Amino acid sequence: MLKIENLHASVDDTPILKGINLQISAGEVHAIMGPNGSGKSTLAGVLAGNERYTVTDGTITFQDNDLLDMKTEDRARAGLFLAFQYPVEIPGVNNAYLLKAALNARRQYRGEGQLDAFDFLTQIKSKMKLMDMSEDFLKRDVNAGFSGGEKKRNEILQMTMLEPTLAVLDETDSGLDIDALKIVAQGVNSLRDEQRSFLMITHYQRLLDYIQPDFVHVLANGRIAKSGDRALALELEDRGYDWITREVAV
Amino acid sequence: MANTRDNMHELVERKYQHGFVTDIESETLPPGLDESVIRRISAIKNEPAFLLDWRLKAYRRWLKMEAPDWAQLNIEPIDYQAISYYSAPKADKDKPQSLADVDPKLLETYDKLGIPLHERARLAGVAVDAVFDSVSVATTFRDKLAEAGVIFCSFSEAVKDHPDLIEKYLGTVVSHADNYFAALNSAVFTDGSFVYIPPGVRCPMELSTYFRINAANTGQFERTLIIADKGSHVSYLEGCTAPMRDENQLHAAVVELIALDDAEIKYSTVQNWYPGDENGVGGIYNFVTKRGDCKGINSKISWTQVETGSAITWKYPSCILRGDNSVGEFYSVAVANNWQQADTGTKMIHIGKNTRSTIISKGISAGRAQNSYRGLVKIMPTASNARNFAQCDSLLMGDKCGAHTFPYIEVKNPTAKVEHEATTSKIGEDQLFYCLQRGISEEDAVSLIVNGFCKDVFKKLPMEFAVEAQALLNVSLEGAVG
Ligand SMILES: Nc1ncnc2c1ncn2[C@@H]1O[C@H](COP(=O)(O)OP(=O)(O)O)[C@@H](O)[C@H]1O
Ligand SMILES: [Mg+2]
Repeated sequence: MLKIENLHASVDDTPILKGINLQISAGEVHAIMGPNGSGKSTLAGVLAGNERYTVTDGTITFQDNDLLDMKTEDRARAGLFLAFQYPVEIPGVNNAYLLKAALNARRQYRGEGQLDAFDFLTQIKSKMKLMDMSEDFLKRDVNAGFSGGEKKRNEILQMTMLEPTLAVLDETDSGLDIDALKIVAQGVNSLRDEQRSFLMITHYQRLLDYIQPDFVHVLANGRIAKSGDRALALELEDRGYDWITREVAV
Repeated sequence: MANTRDNMHELVERKYQHGFVTDIESETLPPGLDESVIRRISAIKNEPAFLLDWRLKAYRRWLKMEAPDWAQLNIEPIDYQAISYYSAPKADKDKPQSLADVDPKLLETYDKLGIPLHERARLAGVAVDAVFDSVSVATTFRDKLAEAGVIFCSFSEAVKDHPDLIEKYLGTVVSHADNYFAALNSAVFTDGSFVYIPPGVRCPMELSTYFRINAANTGQFERTLIIADKGSHVSYLEGCTAPMRDENQLHAAVVELIALDDAEIKYSTVQNWYPGDENGVGGIYNFVTKRGDCKGINSKISWTQVETGSAITWKYPSCILRGDNSVGEFYSVAVANNWQQADTGTKMIHIGKNTRSTIISKGISAGRAQNSYRGLVKIMPTASNARNFAQCDSLLMGDKCGAHTFPYIEVKNPTAKVEHEATTSKIGEDQLFYCLQRGISEEDAVSLIVNGFCKDVFKKLPMEFAVEAQALLNVSLEGAVG
C-alpha cells in the first residue's frame, strides 16, 4: 500500500525529516509517536503533498504509483486522506457543500457519476449519528466557530464519508475528552477492514487503548528511532521519550 | 505552496466574455462640448425650459470645477472635447412599440450577452427597461406596473409625461454642482431610468435595467431617479456589460434615490464593464455618483453592489439618513484584477434621531490591481442614538496586488455608537490546501473560498441576481490553474 524509503524533507531550508523508512500493507494500522517537533506533522504534510515542505531525497510509493509525482488533489482522489491536526476554518463555505464537492471530485476521478443529493443526505445523516453530531453541522460553515473537539469529529466524519484507502490521522486525539475520544475511535474502527490502512500520529498512547495498532513507531530527530508493537507504546507511557531521543543522539 | 502562489496571477487571466461591437447605425453628435451641444441634446429630446436651464447651470459650474485629485487612482487625463455626447439607435422617428419593432441586431446583441430580453422578462417576471446607448429601446411590463400605479420608464419619457415629478425631485439628492462628474452628467445626460412608486404600494415585481455602452467614443451619462412615496417598497436591479474596445470610455452616471416616510428602496447592482486587457489597455472609466435620501421617518435605503468590471471604478453609493429612525445599508463586493483600479465605498450621513447604518464591504484584489475602500460615517449633532456598524474585509490573491482601507469617522453627537472592523487576509494557503486534500480542484477551491468570503453580501442580493453574481465572480477569477 505505502512504501517510504530514505525520505528527507525540509521546511525553508531547515532539514526536518532525515531518512524515514516505513512500509504499510493493506489492512494495517500503524501508530507514529514522538515528542513535539519531531516531524510527525511534517511527514503527514509530505504524504498529502503540502508544498510548504520540500522533499530533498527519497521515494514514496502509494498503490504502485510514485506518490511524490502526484498532485495533492489526485493523491486525495486516489484514496489518501489526511485528518488535520489543526483543521482550518473556511468562512462562508457550507460544511455539507464542501464534503459533497469532495465526494463528487473523487467520483469523477474514478469515472463514476455525480452523487445523488438524496443519497448523500441519507448517508451523511447516518454517519453523523455514528459520530454523535447534531444535524446543524450540515448548515454550518466549514469548521467556523467549531470547538476543538467538533473540528476533530468533523474530520473523522469526512473520513467516513470519503472512505479512503489510506487515512493519516494527525493527532486527532489531542484535546479530546474521553467521551469524544471514544466516538472518534468508533468512527475509525467502523472503517477498519483488510483493504484499508491507517497511519495514526499521536502524542499519547491513550488513543491506542481504543484503536489497537499493529505497529508502533517512534519518530525522533527526523528518523524512526524505534519500532515495535503495542508494548512499545506502553513503555513510552512509562518512560517518556527521553531515553529514545538519547539513544538516537548517540 | 510556492507553485500555488505563482499560479495566482494566472487565475485572473480570463478574457472578457462579452467583448463584441454591435453594428447598428447610430445618430451621433460630433465630438466636442460647449453650450450649443447641450442645447442640441435638449432640443433633440424636446425638453421643457426648466431642464435646459438646469443643464446649462450645471455646465457653467462644471467649467469652473477641477477634476478630482485621485488619491489611490492612476488615471490618464480625459479629453472631454474628444467625446461625443449624443448617440441614438436610428429608429425611424418613432420608438419601437414592442419587441417586434426592435432592430433585430439589437436583439442579437442581447442574445450574445446571454440575456434574451423577451425570454428573460417572461421567465423571470422582471420588467426590463433596457438602455441601449443613450435611448431606451425596449420597455416591457409597463401595463402590469401601471395597474399598480407604478411608473417605470426611461428618463426622457418621464420628462415628457411627468415633468412635475422631475422638476420636484431632480437634483435634490445629487445637486448639479455636487462634484465634477455629477456636474458633467447634469449638463449632458441623455437618458436613464425613472421610477415612481405611489404611497402604500409594494412594487409587484423587481425592476431591472440593463445598461450597455455601444457607439464608439460615446461617453455614457445616465441619470436614474427613483422615488418611493410614503409606505411604498421597491427593489431595483441594475446590471451591465460592454463591448471590447481599445480606447477608454468614460461613464459618469448619477443615481438619485428618495424614500419618503416608511418607504423602502433596495438598489442592487452587478457591474461588469470591460476592464481592459491583461496589459491594462482599454477598459471603462466608471465614475458614478449614487446617493439615497432617507427623507421620511422610518425610511430605508439599501445598496448592494457587485463590482467586477471597469478599468477604473470610482463609486460611493451613499445614504443621507434625514428622517428619524431611518436605516441605510451598504453591501459591496468589489473585485479588481490585472491592472484594474477600484476605489469604492460609501458615505452614511446621520441626521435624524435613532438612525442606523450598516456597511459590509468585501474587496478582492488579484493580479496587479489596487482595491480601495473609502468610507465616511458622519454623525451630525441632531442624530441622537445613531448607530453604525462597518466591516471591511480584504482578500488578496497573489502578492502584486494591493488593498487599502480608509475609514473616516466624524461623530458630533455623544450618544452615537460607531463600530468599525477591518481585516486583510491572503487567500489562505491553508484553506486551499485543505480543499485540495479533500480532492477538490484548485480552480473549484479558489471559487469556493472566494464565494464564501463574499457570502454576507451575496445573500443580500435578489435570488436570481445572486446566482448571476456568483457566476460572474467565478469568471472574473477563473484562469489556467495547475
Ligand atoms: N517554517 C519553518 N522553518 C523552520 N523550521 C520549522 C518551520 N516550520 C516548522 N518547523 C520545525 O519543524 C519541526 C517539525 O515540526 P512538526 O512536523 O510540526 O512536528 P510535530 O508534528 O512532530 O510536533 C519542528 O521543530 C518545527 O519547529
Ligand atoms: Mg504535529
